[in-house]
Amino acid sequence: MSEIVKKATRESYGEALKELAEKYENLVVLDADLAAATKTGIFKKAYPDRFFNCGIAEANMMGVAAGLASTGKIPFASTFAMFAAGRAFEIVRNSIGYPHLNVKIGATHAGVSVGEDGATHQCNEDIALMRTIPGMTIIVPSDDIEAKAAVEAAVLHDGPVYLRFGRLATPIFNNNNYKFELGKGILLKDGKDVTIVATGLMVCEALEAAKELEKDNINARVINIHTIKPLDKDIICKAAEETGLIVTVEEHSVIGGLGSAVAEVVTEYCPAKVVKIGVNDEFGYSGPATELLKAFGLCKENIIEKVKQSINNIK
Amino acid sequence: MDQMIKKQLEVTACKVRMGVIEATYNAKSGHPGGSLSIADLLTYLYYVKMNVDVKNPDMHERDRLVLSKGHCAPALYSVLAQKGFFDESELKKLRHIGSMLQGHPDMKGTPGVDMTTGSLGQGISAACGMALSGKISNEDYKVYAILGDGELEEGQVWEAAMFAAHYNLDNLIAIIDNNGLQIDGKVTEVCSPEPITDKFESFGWYVITMDAHNFDDIERAFDEAEKISGKPVAIVQKSIKGKGVSFMENQVSWHGQAPNEEQYKQAMLELSEQLKGLEG
Repeated sequence: MSEIVKKATRESYGEALKELAEKYENLVVLDADLAAATKTGIFKKAYPDRFFNCGIAEANMMGVAAGLASTGKIPFASTFAMFAAGRAFEIVRNSIGYPHLNVKIGATHAGVSVGEDGATHQCNEDIALMRTIPGMTIIVPSDDIEAKAAVEAAVLHDGPVYLRFGRLATPIFNNNNYKFELGKGILLKDGKDVTIVATGLMVCEALEAAKELEKDNINARVINIHTIKPLDKDIICKAAEETGLIVTVEEHSVIGGLGSAVAEVVTEYCPAKVVKIGVNDEFGYSGPATELLKAFGLCKENIIEKVKQSINNIK
Repeated sequence: MDQMIKKQLEVTACKVRMGVIEATYNAKSGHPGGSLSIADLLTYLYYVKMNVDVKNPDMHERDRLVLSKGHCAPALYSVLAQKGFFDESELKKLRHIGSMLQGHPDMKGTPGVDMTTGSLGQGISAACGMALSGKISNEDYKVYAILGDGELEEGQVWEAAMFAAHYNLDNLIAIIDNNGLQIDGKVTEVCSPEPITDKFESFGWYVITMDAHNFDDIERAFDEAEKISGKPVAIVQKSIKGKGVSFMENQVSWHGQAPNEEQYKQAMLELSEQLKGLEG
């Protein structure tokens, strides 16, 4: 068996920016003193004249991005999710979202897998915040291949896009035939007993969980939702109707994220039971990323347990 | 300044003020005080300085104006209407449902508005982005940003001030409307942003002060600003809140209050007399 290759999606982000720079000459990159961590440093090294460090001033960076976009540039404003969606929320809402400017926000270090830095830097709220902004597109890639495709899709989309990347190196499981379609969920594995809907680095865990569930004769469907907004209602409703039970998995608060978005659709259009796996209304803490993910139940073991539990509860 | 041009500008500025009163009276809300203090500035910029085309408001090479103190939209709308970006009758629909004139500037809804603003401190950052874009593409348009003195209390303004100086944005001119009053009282009593000139100088800007209500002095200031290269320019304009309407001048209560019918009539009477004096 070939060895699993791992890469952090922030790395994919930096590489994609560099790869796309020649093709899209209006693409420029902003960072807030985190170029080494967000990996925009990769772009900076290749295109120093198109990279602008804004210093530790995220509010201004988002405003500058808005101004750049108003004149036809395609700015990627990069920082940690905590500061992009959290600290700069109101600037993103008023200067970017309201005028629907063509700004791309590259938010890295999302979720508890930030690890040792602890709660102040572990953003579990960004999807919820960004979802409330009308016209904001939200993409959470699940691996390197999807992340790179998502960055180009963001360039091609006219309007604000929030891209959520991780710090932790995670398995590359999509293959080279992968095609990214904005707003379309991907059916990774069919199944009839339950549907696991996952996003970001939880997609790979969901797939692993589904494989193991087969051993116990549980036939789980797995859907990768890379675009949380606009959400692919059709794929969700079909799953709700055909499997009758949905378990969502995300490295984000269970309040306002993927689980909420799915539940909103299901309760309104295709009532079925929705069980949410995510961070349960609590702050994170310091520790190695992989251990934290386990501690917060963001792993295949917990997905398997929750799926079995939910099936039993329904019976 | 040529006396004929000066008189023409004074006439236009007076009409801009009438538009402010007309708009806020019909809206039954809005911000006349700070709008009246920037009426001369906006008139000078749109009639003398700025390269704009009313028939092609999105012309790429145009000069841009960001009203960072977005609540003073009535003054911007009034000058844009005078200039012909849209019909003057729109002013009476300010803040009404379905109007192209929102309570605060909306770049997607109003021809001639270059940036959506209203949440204080944000416009100056967008202006920095526009100026940076001009530098990146080697274009020679200018970007003007108008800020309130109270607005300087927003931390984002100083993030932007640092940024503009760091990137040598000499195509950016920020005008600080120093009328000394904000909603809760005198800026020096609320949480003083003074000394304003020293602050901008220490942030690496070239600073000019000017009399906001004297076109000779306005021209002197902008002529000086034009000669500066290598750094952004801040023009601190000493202004009178409510300028042009006797009972509104220097009164903090007129920050965000619309005139009632009687006050509207009085204000329009005063302004039409000023206009008659200028035209007569």
